[in-house]
Amino acid sequence: MSAVTAAAASAAQETTVRVTRSRRPAGWLVLIAVAAIAVLGYLPYVVYSGTTDQLVNVFILLTMASMWNLLAGYAGLVSVGQQAFIGLGAYFVLIAAQHGMNPFAALPVAALGCGAIGLVVWWLVSRLRGGYFAIATWVVASACALVISRFASLGGGTGAPLPGLSGLSPTLLTAYTYWIALAVTVVTLAAVYLIMRGRLGLVLTAVRDDEVGARSIGARVWRARQLVFVVAAVGCGAAGALLIISQLNVEPTAAFSVQWSAEMIFATIIGGIGTIEGPIIGTVVFFVLQQTLSQYNAWYLIILGLVAIAIALWAPRGLWGLVAEPAHVRLFPVGYWLWPADEPGPQRRRLGGLLRGKRQARDASAAPRRSRQ
Amino acid sequence: MSWVNAIIQGVLLGGLYALFACGLSLMFGVMKVINLAHGDLAVVAGYVAVGVIAVTHIPTVWSFVLVVPVMAVLGYVLQRTLIQASLNRGLLTPLLVTFGLSVVIENGLLQFFSANSHSLNIGSLVSDSISVGSQISIAYLLLVIFVVAVVVLLGLQYFLSVSRQGRLIRAVADDREAAQLAGADYRHVFGIAAAIAFATVALAGIAFGMYSSFDPTIGTDQLLLFAFAAVVIGGLGSLWGTLAGGIILGVAQQIGAQINSADQILAGYLIFLLVLLIRPQGLTGARTPS
Repeated sequence: MSAVTAAAASAAQETTVRVTRSRRPAGWLVLIAVAAIAVLGYLPYVVYSGTTDQLVNVFILLTMASMWNLLAGYAGLVSVGQQAFIGLGAYFVLIAAQHGMNPFAALPVAALGCGAIGLVVWWLVSRLRGGYFAIATWVVASACALVISRFASLGGGTGAPLPGLSGLSPTLLTAYTYWIALAVTVVTLAAVYLIMRGRLGLVLTAVRDDEVGARSIGARVWRARQLVFVVAAVGCGAAGALLIISQLNVEPTAAFSVQWSAEMIFATIIGGIGTIEGPIIGTVVFFVLQQTLSQYNAWYLIILGLVAIAIALWAPRGLWGLVAEPAHVRLFPVGYWLWPADEPGPQRRRLGGLLRGKRQARDASAAPRRSRQ
Repeated sequence: MSWVNAIIQGVLLGGLYALFACGLSLMFGVMKVINLAHGDLAVVAGYVAVGVIAVTHIPTVWSFVLVVPVMAVLGYVLQRTLIQASLNRGLLTPLLVTFGLSVVIENGLLQFFSANSHSLNIGSLVSDSISVGSQISIAYLLLVIFVVAVVVLLGLQYFLSVSRQGRLIRAVADDREAAQLAGADYRHVFGIAAAIAFATVALAGIAFGMYSSFDPTIGTDQLLLFAFAAVVIGGLGSLWGTLAGGIILGVAQQIGAQINSADQILAGYLIFLLVLLIRPQGLTGARTPS
């Protein structure tokens, strides 16, 4: 890993090493991100609704994959039960809409509700590791599906349509759905990025690289995992809420299907588990393959499964790792780079300097220059 | 009386679940792998049985003579290739690889055999039963499956404690490095353990195919979770615990079905979650699972 973790960062304070977040100036990435969001946000004005509908599915998958990456890639929690929160997120929106709430306004409520459920589920499964954790979360998801399908008011086993959106014209509905999905995805990625840049991210990176080592330097691993589980529940709840809004109905077996887990796991593994960029690349690859192979029914999942197995075995850092690691490219600078004092470090080009000046100054003051003994 | 009947049915059904679970338990005990494709492999065994019967016209009840060796070889080969490769690459990789395998198998079956359900036709044996009193009837089939399960568990116990191969398996499970130093080829031993696990899952798959109809999705939707629930309820490392876990799961399901026919599966899961909460090491386990 190019990232050095807590121990090295604190050691840096005693030498003349300067610490920066990335190897190269990364300020221009902010501009690219803003431009990309602006272009994506403008799309409903220029493309057909079929395209934006497809992109909504991409955004849903990207949200789920980012959450699963946070769970498995950083916290070491291989959950095969995230579909519990996808289904619950969808049904929470349905319940709110049945009581007269606007489905779009219900989305954040549903996501937070999933976070609360996530806290309860965590209490149930937190002692488990590895395969135990995987199947226990899966059982929780199946139990949720069975409980939900008992309520006749929610359509029982056959599902129910989502009320409350019939007043909108189809064009407007498609555009609103698209913008909400884009917003959810941007918020998710920003949240993951901010988490990984903060103290929690440092703990998670340490856990990812060496759990025993992380514990031995006093990292509160349990608390970090709990937070990640709840965040992932919120994210998957939002994805589920998007699902019901984009499809306008919900059905328990589809909403709680383990296929969601398959998709988020495959997208993450193929793109690169344990990096923020991985799920993005993986989602794009997944979606392109899905579109290309869609006329061959189940084949796309067979091929994606085989590709995911091959990558898990022979290229565990995924496609992003294959490309980015040799080139030291990072779209989301969450690591630390150490610069000896006699080396100038990243050149402060105009843009990068403008956006990063403050941060670098703080980093520099945190690492007072002292002559080596 | 119907409650007594439900409990008896549940106990017998528990034998089937224990048969599913013992392979999962064995692979976890020896290789420390939770095989997420376990349920799908049982379904594969069911489809292999359908194929074998169609080709050779042997009686359904004897199909296991051909299916069990085929699955055992498949187990050995899978262990020596994919699963061994994943074991060498960290803690998460075996989970990801077996999950990928599960999805590939399920969708492969869907692709080649469609989503239609199949069953193994055993004629009148499926409905024949012993009647005790007016309310209780014990199906011969379930009784036979229960006896088979007990015999398999007994045989496995005997094999692991007495035979040379069995002792080798236990040695490798206890301390792989020490066993290697003593000259054991742990990869081969892992292969043997996987072959045994796949053989039991083949028996379970055939038994399930006779008891009920199956389709490609039932392996992940139900069988894996039932097997795992039986293992957890019973406690790891004990074959008799697995039988007890299977029986508790079966009884819970039948009692759930007695209350409301839609609640059969949910009742089993709730018992599982309850055990997870109050006794995560299971009924017979002494230590917490790791």
